[in-house]
Amino acid sequence: MYDFALVFSLRHARREPPMALTREQIASIAALARLDLSSAEIPVYQDSLSRILDFVGALDRADTTDVAPMSHPLPGLSQRLRPDVVTEQDRHEQYQANAPQVAAGLYLVPKVIE
Amino acid sequence: MSAWHTSTLTQLAAGLRARQFSSVELVRACLDRIDASQAALNAFISVTRERALADAAAADRALAAGGGGPLTGVPIAHKDIFCTQGVRTTCGSRILDNFVSPYDATVVAKLRGAGAIMLGKTNMDEFAMGSSSETSFYGPVRNPWNPQLVPGGSSGGSAAAVAARLVPAATATDTGGSIRQPAALCGITGLKPTYGRVSRYGMIAFASSLDQGGVLTGSAADAALMLREMAGFDANDSTSVDTPVPDYVAALEQPLAGLKVGLLREFFDKGLDAQNEQRVREALKVYEQLGARLTEVSLPNLPLSVPVYYVVAPAECSSNLARFDGVRFGYRCENPRDLTDLYRRSRGEGFGAEVKRRIMTGTYVLSAGYYDAYYLKAQRVRQLINADFTRAFGSVDVLMGPTTPTPAFAIGAKTSDPITMYLNDIYTIGANLAGLPAVSIPCGFVQGLPVGLQIVGPHFSEARVLNAAHALQRATDWHTRVPQGYA
Repeated sequence: MYDFALVFSLRHARREPPMALTREQIASIAALARLDLSSAEIPVYQDSLSRILDFVGALDRADTTDVAPMSHPLPGLSQRLRPDVVTEQDRHEQYQANAPQVAAGLYLVPKVIE
Repeated sequence: MSAWHTSTLTQLAAGLRARQFSSVELVRACLDRIDASQAALNAFISVTRERALADAAAADRALAAGGGGPLTGVPIAHKDIFCTQGVRTTCGSRILDNFVSPYDATVVAKLRGAGAIMLGKTNMDEFAMGSSSETSFYGPVRNPWNPQLVPGGSSGGSAAAVAARLVPAATATDTGGSIRQPAALCGITGLKPTYGRVSRYGMIAFASSLDQGGVLTGSAADAALMLREMAGFDANDSTSVDTPVPDYVAALEQPLAGLKVGLLREFFDKGLDAQNEQRVREALKVYEQLGARLTEVSLPNLPLSVPVYYVVAPAECSSNLARFDGVRFGYRCENPRDLTDLYRRSRGEGFGAEVKRRIMTGTYVLSAGYYDAYYLKAQRVRQLINADFTRAFGSVDVLMGPTTPTPAFAIGAKTSDPITMYLNDIYTIGANLAGLPAVSIPCGFVQGLPVGLQIVGPHFSEARVLNAAHALQRATDWHTRVPQGYA
């Protein structure tokens, strides 16, 4: 098994103890992510997300003064443009064959406006 | 010819062209092997028998008429992350259990255009999030070398299928090691090309700045043959790079003399299993005998690649997986109260535990107040790691080291602690962060289990990387070993 104390040891001794996420924080993250969690799932994610955040806290050790964020692995790639012409055909019937509920070419969802 | 399953893809393609056997015979033999192994390995989610046999018959007609492409009649499998028109495409998830793709991924279309026959869709970690192929909705994949062990992941079904010689090649994807790590654990060859080399169109997105399609095969020569057909510019992928595809097969035999190999000091760390290291060092000795010049290089920021990855990949995943909403396709919960309830329960019931963990991690690191501290910080450290690689490639042609810290581990051994699981990819993630091509090839065994050697090159150096891998495979026979019961 990989000795992951090694990766942790890279970190400066942090002043504060690892922060544990509260039940409320997990519930609020889940709400933002539109995920329904059972009450049994919440403590599981409290534990593992706290540990993951503590683990990625190792990044604090790197000096990134004046370092530009890298969002993409190929430097200098610019957004490609194409001629503004119609290239797609109407294939909505084919696409909607995968939809849970469709009527008259429209996707059906529960009533939004009373 | 009785030993189809131990023949290479290159040999099979040549045999078909020479009409030594028919594609229908070959495809039927492979389908029978798939069926016979399914209970033991669970390598496939879907097997497309009827369609494969019809395609094989068409291939035989094309070959008889003197036509056909470079792969005409050759059986392959696709990781179930690639969309296949008219065929269920699940990504190993309940949320896509009923999804039949209305279009083909570019990789799928190109390989079919080259004549390859799809036999089915391989099992994988759900949404390619995992290093053990245990998180699939369709149950874990098992390692052909020992069914108690994982095959690695996330492309574990493709790796097990190639290692057990069910198919000579299978497509795969690599976001943090998902081609190379299972290649190492299953004793086969796995190639992750340069970011942008192979189209991502129709490849279900996990982390878009890291995802890259590639291939698992029995040899570097077979990987070269597959890549030549898979690579190339695609207007449907906005990060596809418009640069010519070299003839990777023709470059295989280039002499190795003078090749400057950098040994990654950070990869030979205390976490590396001693016997695993021994096998890797033996392979490096072979390279020296072949005329390569070995020097040690240091990439000081590389140990931070796992923490960078576990910010960047979840962040991108939380955004990409927002499309699974229970409205347009995929799973929908029963009797939703309102639209929010529909979203939340469809996603909560449709996604598995690890996918939810990553969506939430990503949501957190992107949320107001944490974006700078986690996401932007990780992107800056990613730049430092990238600069380390650029500096190293100023003085060496390729970098070499182990693919994984240990050989395959037991099913269930690492499922309780996500960080232990994440550290399986400690040697592979760097190449994804920097977008580099990398290959894993077998270099020996530890207690009957295969060990992988990793070769990483600069951007678009696939020909060089495959050439170096091929040289070891000419000098050794590790890549020809077949697990007991599948020989």
